[in-house]
Amino acid sequence: MSRGLTSLSRAMALGFFRDRTALFFTILFPLMFLLLFGGIFKDQTAPKSDVIEIGDVALLDQMPAEVKGQLDQVLKVERTTDRVAALDRVRKGEVDAAVEQVGSRIVLHYSAADQVKSATVQGLFNSLVQTGNLQRAGVTPAFELEAAQVEDESLKTIQYITPGLLGWAIATGAMFAAALTLVTWRQKKLLRRLRLSPVGVWTIAGARVIVSIVIALVQTAIFIGVASIPYFGLRLSAYWWMAIPLIIVGTLAFLSLGLLAGSFSKTPEAATAIANLIVLPMAFLSGAFFPLEGAPAWLQTISKFLPLRHLVDGMQAVMVRGQGPADVLPQLGILLAFAGVVSAIAVALFRWEDA
Amino acid sequence: MPSTIVVSDLHRSYGDIHAVDGVSFEVDQGEFLGILGPNGAGKTTTLEIIEGLRRADSGDVRVLGQSPWPRNTALLPRIGVQLQASSFFERLTAREQINTFASLYGVPAKRADAMLETVGLVEKANTRTESLSGGQAQRLSIACALVHDPEVVFLDEPTSGLDPQGRRNLWDLLRDINHQGRTVVLTTHYMDEAEALCDRVAIMDSGRILEIGPPAALVRGLDAATRISVETGAIGVDEARTLFPDADVADDGVSLTVATRAPAAVLSALANRNALRGLSVKGATLEDVFLNLTGREYRA
Repeated sequence: MSRGLTSLSRAMALGFFRDRTALFFTILFPLMFLLLFGGIFKDQTAPKSDVIEIGDVALLDQMPAEVKGQLDQVLKVERTTDRVAALDRVRKGEVDAAVEQVGSRIVLHYSAADQVKSATVQGLFNSLVQTGNLQRAGVTPAFELEAAQVEDESLKTIQYITPGLLGWAIATGAMFAAALTLVTWRQKKLLRRLRLSPVGVWTIAGARVIVSIVIALVQTAIFIGVASIPYFGLRLSAYWWMAIPLIIVGTLAFLSLGLLAGSFSKTPEAATAIANLIVLPMAFLSGAFFPLEGAPAWLQTISKFLPLRHLVDGMQAVMVRGQGPADVLPQLGILLAFAGVVSAIAVALFRWEDA
Repeated sequence: MPSTIVVSDLHRSYGDIHAVDGVSFEVDQGEFLGILGPNGAGKTTTLEIIEGLRRADSGDVRVLGQSPWPRNTALLPRIGVQLQASSFFERLTAREQINTFASLYGVPAKRADAMLETVGLVEKANTRTESLSGGQAQRLSIACALVHDPEVVFLDEPTSGLDPQGRRNLWDLLRDINHQGRTVVLTTHYMDEAEALCDRVAIMDSGRILEIGPPAALVRGLDAATRISVETGAIGVDEARTLFPDADVADDGVSLTVATRAPAAVLSALANRNALRGLSVKGATLEDVFLNLTGREYRA
């Protein structure tokens, strides 16, 4: 009955867009994260290494001006004559290393407490010593290293966080919508009222799906719109529109999960708690907030079972990594299969009323 | 022509509790039936089985000749069920609310607006349902139940929680609905409501129908004493006892009350003695019928 579908969708949409709390948590709240992360990491460069020069170190002092200029971008040097105090500051982690010259030896004092920083500073000085030796020997280097990023050179943090945070926002929106509609309508006996009217269950479910997809697309438009302003500078790649089918099947997957959460809850409070318990850890484990590349293998394995991981992966692929439509077919398939299986379980558990 | 509603030997248990324990009755076309009983008597369960919301363990229900269970989408447009006042879509206005329900039945918006007028909510059409008073919300929920012009209307305790003014307004509305030829079934735990509205009343307790009939007939069938009271001092207690040897005479210091089965004789005797100061005459009520049937006080 298409008439029922239209009017139920309209009633649901009006209910949503008039609900300030729901609007805040589905649209404004994720957007705040985008502004926050996008702003903090906007001009992100490699952090400088702090080094104390004890006494005179010829390697640093007699450096040609152009090399020194380049070095200043990665190294901050302060000078002291107090060796004991300098070593103490390294020990406390206030600086990354202290360097001194003993005859022809350059001695680099570092702390093992921060392995990443000490490795960086060791690598840096190793390279400085090599370069200095070559220059002293008057040798022209046979090889030169030039590092080049595979992505568009404009790639900034915003490129990574936009698909991730958008995925989280869509997951939250769809999941809460399904869970709360089911529980609130059951509690208020609105489901009973609909059961007494000639509309079918699938009309009610269909209205929920339509409204949630519209909300997800509104979220997407706002997210892309805000991230694209010059201050943040999001640049979408050619097949970004493939994100739309991904968002639609992603919405289906999280609606089904929300329906399942709603089947186990009697009150809106319980439904909210269960939905949060599922969606928040999933966001962390799916790389929605930060990349998973550095995460342990077992965690990566777990994340492969989470629908949000596939939604975020797929959206990153087509929105910013420049991959084509065919590259996200696996993600589309996985999300669709997930939605199918979970919906089937939710339908089996469906109750019109509290027992 | 068969009755609009036919219920035969309905049973429904929850664990050890027999919520409905062998209920049978019929409702004719255009009749106003009240199901009266205290909380837990089984009246709501009975109604829900008739509406098709619950399955009976055994027994048979026919509404307009059809079985309401399992969910019968051919029957549903012909019945209207009023639920609690809170069964609305969130954050919609009264008009949006009734239009949404109307469209579920394919009823045009014009008819929905007319229904809003019938229940006197035109000036509240653009008010959100959350801001309506209890009585207004109750009237809107009845309007939503009637918007598709059903032949049979079910009302579950429609006036609970309303003030006396609101109850009177609603009673008028319910009478109108019935006078338009609709069959109405209502549950209530208010005796006065059943007496004021219903053609027939079924008195239920512990899952059974104890008695069914027109309220006046039930009261008359009780053959209870009429209680005639006058102001204390209008006539002496001893004098009254001598005059009316078959009656019970009592005086509580405010009123002297004569409980008699021959009220005409008592009244004329009192009138002859000019002893009618502060007169009041009370016949038996449904409350007395209930007391007589169950042997205990009515607990609403």
